[in-house]
Amino acid sequence: MRLRGNDYRDSPRVNRTVALLLSLMCVALSVHAAPAAKSLLDKPAPSFTRIDMNGNRVSPRAYRGKVILLNFWATWCIPCSLELPRFGEWQNHYGIEGLQVIAVSMDDSPSPVRAFVRKLKPDFPVVMGDARLGTRYGGILGLPVTFLIARDGRVSARIEGEANLPALESRIKELLAQP
Amino acid sequence: MERRQVARTVSIATLAFIAMIFTLPQCQAQFSANGPLPASALSIPQSQLIQPDALNGMLQTSKTDPPLLLQVGSRVMFNQARIPGSFYAGPGSQPEGLKLLESMVGQAPKSKFIVLYCGCCPWDRCPNVGPAYKRLHDLGFTNVKVLYLANNFGADWLYKGFRVEQGG
Repeated sequence: MRLRGNDYRDSPRVNRTVALLLSLMCVALSVHAAPAAKSLLDKPAPSFTRIDMNGNRVSPRAYRGKVILLNFWATWCIPCSLELPRFGEWQNHYGIEGLQVIAVSMDDSPSPVRAFVRKLKPDFPVVMGDARLGTRYGGILGLPVTFLIARDGRVSARIEGEANLPALESRIKELLAQP
Repeated sequence: MERRQVARTVSIATLAFIAMIFTLPQCQAQFSANGPLPASALSIPQSQLIQPDALNGMLQTSKTDPPLLLQVGSRVMFNQARIPGSFYAGPGSQPEGLKLLESMVGQAPKSKFIVLYCGCCPWDRCPNVGPAYKRLHDLGFTNVKVLYLANNFGADWLYKGFRVEQGG
């Protein structure tokens, strides 16, 4: 069928061709799809249960109704060691409004974490993470990584690397103000 | 005249004071725990760095004689995702990690092409690649490159669409 002028826009063959090309493009793009890290936003935070350094059972689900600051860190991570004391201050200041900090160590063994906890004496639970938990949270392939989980249990933010602390604090206040 | 000189002196002193206020924390930061580590990533010569694009291209084409790829950071991160064909040999910041690194290269010829990488943190904060590179250099290895990951392994390798393998 010979196409003329604007005829091509209404041609079934062209429509099929365009649809096929679009489909192929979608398939090609899916091979290099957006990383899993970004797919957690607005979704329920993956559940887990761990025993913290004080022997207590810790699970984000138990803090449903609170705003959770979930921080992946390690003892050898310098930016992490700068943030954690501030998170401790926020726990003390905003805890009464419903903030709960949970720190997940990505150290290879618990012994340096225990030493760190003995020294820092945080007012929030510190648990050990692992590759499986990191993968469930979209891949923790650099530290620190901080999640904000809203009162309804949905992931509100994922902050990669050292956080802009004033901006993070503002975001926490916004979430705390929500029912 | 004297009044003008006093005013000028006060102005200079005020400016110096303001400058001190802004620079002192930065000076302190340089000598704090945040300052350069004895064998930091920044101590690795630029000529020994390899960019992610270049390494990925090399791995795609050099099937017959690929480099020995050693991840010298966190085992937890290694198990989540690593460059295909790489081995864990860390952490470079710990004595036991450097021993593991030595054991991994023990029988290799000194001219063996080795690529070290970590990706735990931003390059200038990484505690692992610097000591690992230094150890190999001290052991006499002459063909060692370090993968330059400016931010971390996720941002500079995985999220760029380069292949990874998982598990461990």
